[in-house]
Amino acid sequence: MQLSRDDLKRAFRTMFTIRAFDERVEKEFAAGNIPGFCHVYLGQEAAAVGVCFDLSDRDWIGSTHRGHGHCIAKGCEVRGMMLEIMGRADGLCGGKGGSMHIADMSKGMLGANAIVGGSPPIAVGAALSQKVLKTANVAVAFSGDGGSNQGTTFEALNMAVVLNAPAIFIFENNGYGEFTSADYAVGSPSIAERAKSFGMPAECVDGVDFFAVREAMGRALERGRAGFGPYALEIRCSRIRGHYCGDPQVYRSKAELAEAVRNDPLARFRARVSEAGLLQRQEFDAIETEVLGEIEAAVAAGLAAAPPDLAALTRDVYVRY
Amino acid sequence: MSRKSYRQAINEALRQEMERDARVIVMGIDVAGGQGGSGDIGSVGGCFGVTKGLYKRFPGRVIDTPISESAIMGAAAGAALSGLRPVAELMFVDFLGVCLDQIYNQAAKFRYMFGGKARTPLVIRATIGAGQRAGAQHSQTLHPWLTAVPGLKVAMPSTPYDAKGLLIQAIREDDPVIFLESKVLYDIEGEVPDEAYRLPFAEANVVRAGSDVTIVAFSAMVQQAQKAAEALANSGVSAEVIDPRTTSPIDSETILQSVEKTGRLVVVDESPPRCSLAADVAAIVAEEGFHMLKAPIRRVTCPHTPVPFAPNLEDAYIPSAQAIEAAVRSIIPATVSR
Repeated sequence: MQLSRDDLKRAFRTMFTIRAFDERVEKEFAAGNIPGFCHVYLGQEAAAVGVCFDLSDRDWIGSTHRGHGHCIAKGCEVRGMMLEIMGRADGLCGGKGGSMHIADMSKGMLGANAIVGGSPPIAVGAALSQKVLKTANVAVAFSGDGGSNQGTTFEALNMAVVLNAPAIFIFENNGYGEFTSADYAVGSPSIAERAKSFGMPAECVDGVDFFAVREAMGRALERGRAGFGPYALEIRCSRIRGHYCGDPQVYRSKAELAEAVRNDPLARFRARVSEAGLLQRQEFDAIETEVLGEIEAAVAAGLAAAPPDLAALTRDVYVRY
Repeated sequence: MSRKSYRQAINEALRQEMERDARVIVMGIDVAGGQGGSGDIGSVGGCFGVTKGLYKRFPGRVIDTPISESAIMGAAAGAALSGLRPVAELMFVDFLGVCLDQIYNQAAKFRYMFGGKARTPLVIRATIGAGQRAGAQHSQTLHPWLTAVPGLKVAMPSTPYDAKGLLIQAIREDDPVIFLESKVLYDIEGEVPDEAYRLPFAEANVVRAGSDVTIVAFSAMVQQAQKAAEALANSGVSAEVIDPRTTSPIDSETILQSVEKTGRLVVVDESPPRCSLAADVAAIVAEEGFHMLKAPIRRVTCPHTPVPFAPNLEDAYIPSAQAIEAAVRSIIPATVSR
């Protein structure tokens, strides 16, 4: 599947938006401008963008607590996201969700989910909707190496096979579930093998390589859209930051962390596309400048924006009560 | 209008709603029954036969699942977010423990967490209640837990007529509804209109009018309260029996109006006493109707124990008409009764 120059620009732009957004989130968090908990997506950009690149707004995704990258890759507006993370009235969820609960139904984004293993059953349901309503859309469940160990995930994998639902399970194996290595906590040799044992095709793919992720996702999509049921991808990537903003990462050696940082999906993408002569340095630079301006504007808007009015406290618990 | 059982009334509500709206699906363990086996598919219709016949009529929309309650509830929630109106079956409410996250952290919270941008039109049907010698893990009620969760609505029909009307209403709600069916009521019969009709939530049913005491009772306890009221009437005590029908939202207005008239309140709840609906209704009346009360509020509940198996113990566990009558007599002065 050859990508056009415009496609390549869109891929880089989306990955760089995730990078710039979360680097800025770290700064604003440290400055005290973001309440609560934040889990940044840095280092995993090629996974979210590779998976979501060929999805439409009518395809669904369910995300994780580390969901900023998934939101951006699925088309959520960064301004609305930044306002949400800052707890503002005009945030994507009116300031009532926060970093771990960003959702946008109009973009097919079923929500970041602060419960590890929360999304796979929900995505199976969204996939079941597609089957019952006879569409060719799919539903994607993101979870991590941590989420791969949850019972909800096992139930969802089996149920997707039983119902032959167009669910695509993405396991971003970033090496750590909180402060514990996947080498310790994932009992099987690979998550992909585990998924395969439930009766669906599964692949293990290099998450530093946008092109590899997108191609693997293409195989999953082709199968799902044609009505042949679920698929799983284990995407091996690196979490180049701690579990949460401010995590000192004492459980990780400096050498390992340095190696993780060297495996930069954006640098890899840039080098490969440049070497192929498809995009020029000035084009990359122009995208970066533009994106940084957008993030700057989003932060400025967020800092200036009003919090929700107090009446919002009791609003929207129900459609009608 | 014809006589139908509580079970038939629920089945009819499901069938009529599925006919009316192609987005309504029924999913759960054995809701059809027989999938992949060598016999007939769809003739089981669930553990209690409530969904019998639906599969043959709506084969693509009566979906048997593996025994995976988390995935059932999560998938139903996800399907509700993405365009369907699922009715998911949790065979026994006791199994809430294996799937609670998908209900209270996911389905119940979507709308609020997402700033009002999501709708989750989901009904979860579950059976409740002791009395069938089913032991501690198949006999609980648990409606207090579910009533306590903001974002969920909870309906507890006590008659075939209420079961049909409340279920149709539940399916047309755009919020997640827990619909609790009493196992001991499945075979009771009553007049049920043939056509579809809705009973609005938060509208209590004054089952019996009276002037000396208000008895509030839920689900199967309504029958016990009626028996107690009958016995009390024989000795000149006039009891008003109120069935709130839904515990979330709850019609506190009707209860308070009744207490204003009677000045006395007994709440009957088939659940352990702490944080029960009996405690909740007592708190509402103590807070908003204290000045109306002529006597202390009495709660008639189960003891603070699991549900026992031995028939004599289980019978002693469930609030009885006699216990309700005794509670009423304990707050009625001798001058009222003859």
